[in-house]
Amino acid sequence: MGHLIANAWLRGLVHGALLITVLMTAVAWISWFERKFAARVQSRLGPTMVGPAGLLQPIADAFKMFQKEDIIPRGADSLLFRLAPPLTLFLSLATAAVLPIMPGMLASDLDIGVLYALAFSGLLAFPIWVAGWSSANKYALLGGMRMVAQGISYEIPMVLCALVPVVVTGSLSLSEIVKYQAAHHWLVFWPPGIGVIAFVLFFTTALAESNRIPFDIPEAESELVAGPTTEYTAIRFGLFASAEYAHSVVSCALASALFLGGWDGPVLPPSVWMLLKTAALFVIVTWVRWSLLRLRSDQLMALCWKYLVPVSLALVLGAGAWVYVVG
Amino acid sequence: MNEPWAAVVVYLAVASSVGALMLAANRVFRVRAKDVPDTRAMTYECGEEPAGNSWLRFHPRYYVVALVFVLFDVEVIFLVPWALNLRALGGFSMVEMLVFALVLLLGWAYALRKGALKWQ
Repeated sequence: MGHLIANAWLRGLVHGALLITVLMTAVAWISWFERKFAARVQSRLGPTMVGPAGLLQPIADAFKMFQKEDIIPRGADSLLFRLAPPLTLFLSLATAAVLPIMPGMLASDLDIGVLYALAFSGLLAFPIWVAGWSSANKYALLGGMRMVAQGISYEIPMVLCALVPVVVTGSLSLSEIVKYQAAHHWLVFWPPGIGVIAFVLFFTTALAESNRIPFDIPEAESELVAGPTTEYTAIRFGLFASAEYAHSVVSCALASALFLGGWDGPVLPPSVWMLLKTAALFVIVTWVRWSLLRLRSDQLMALCWKYLVPVSLALVLGAGAWVYVVG
Repeated sequence: MNEPWAAVVVYLAVASSVGALMLAANRVFRVRAKDVPDTRAMTYECGEEPAGNSWLRFHPRYYVVALVFVLFDVEVIFLVPWALNLRALGGFSMVEMLVFALVLLLGWAYALRKGALKWQ
């Protein structure tokens, strides 16, 4: 297989610890980046007080959340209420196991890597629904129901778009897909036209899956307080926040592995290319968030079922026809 | 064959420890209020006092979406082995899949026509 570490157990442990540490650190400073970016968009300064340019703000935030009182609302389903936040973080971190950071460096080179990543990503709607339901708060329940409706709806076009690279490369392994792109074409350009549409749709549905604006109906703060996370305090709230960022980052990394060639690129080392592509996609995610408005529930569903589902199905069939005709 | 899954199991164990560690840190550092006002454990519904049970009955449109989702999810799963083996299966499988997609599109058009995909 050409892994850097031959023993599978040890590889899982080392790569897991490394990747998760990097991810969680990135998540902390991404929150700083997002606040600075938002401030710039809205002609404010953003965090400035803690450290130079507010750079130590995430550490202060973390300590603040560790210190806060832990409140479980009256009438809540205590067990599910406490289980939901760690489960959310777990699922969003679990997706990263199959991401190829550079040749021979990934926690596990599963032969069904794409399915594994999409399965964990799709599961993520459920702990958030559990959080909404167990809170015994009507706003939280509404947010949770919206979360499930949106999560399962956008899962269909997301999986269909992710099948386009699978059709072209004939493999479900993410590292194989990246290797194909390094040897042939990046799949955003190949098949011509189909690839780029599939990439844009995949990116859009990934935004919806991680409930970022314009798809943040589940926690629309102007109508639902904070959606499913309304009743959460202290680090339990922090777990939800970091899970959301972690999921966004992992989705960006997944999109760059599937369509943008992953670690493939000239001059710079492979892992730097992977990081750069993921970061670039995340900047776009942030940019979209602070530029666009929130969609309404019915618009959201209409967009998914009336347009995204048939178009993405056509993309898969088009890619199939391309493979059959061109090879 | 089981080797990649061994790595996944260890990875998942590491991933699950992150949340547990953070919760443990919260347990160590958190403040505990001495006298807790009665309103502390009340759910926050924009300052209004919560009325009635919050586990309400829901609009059936969520149910319809879930049903349509199951249909399409099964279809997507059917597409996966086809997508993997397209080169080996050749032209006949391509035609077969086109027919399958056409049947599916009919179902989609029916659902659209019946208003199952409308969110009113």
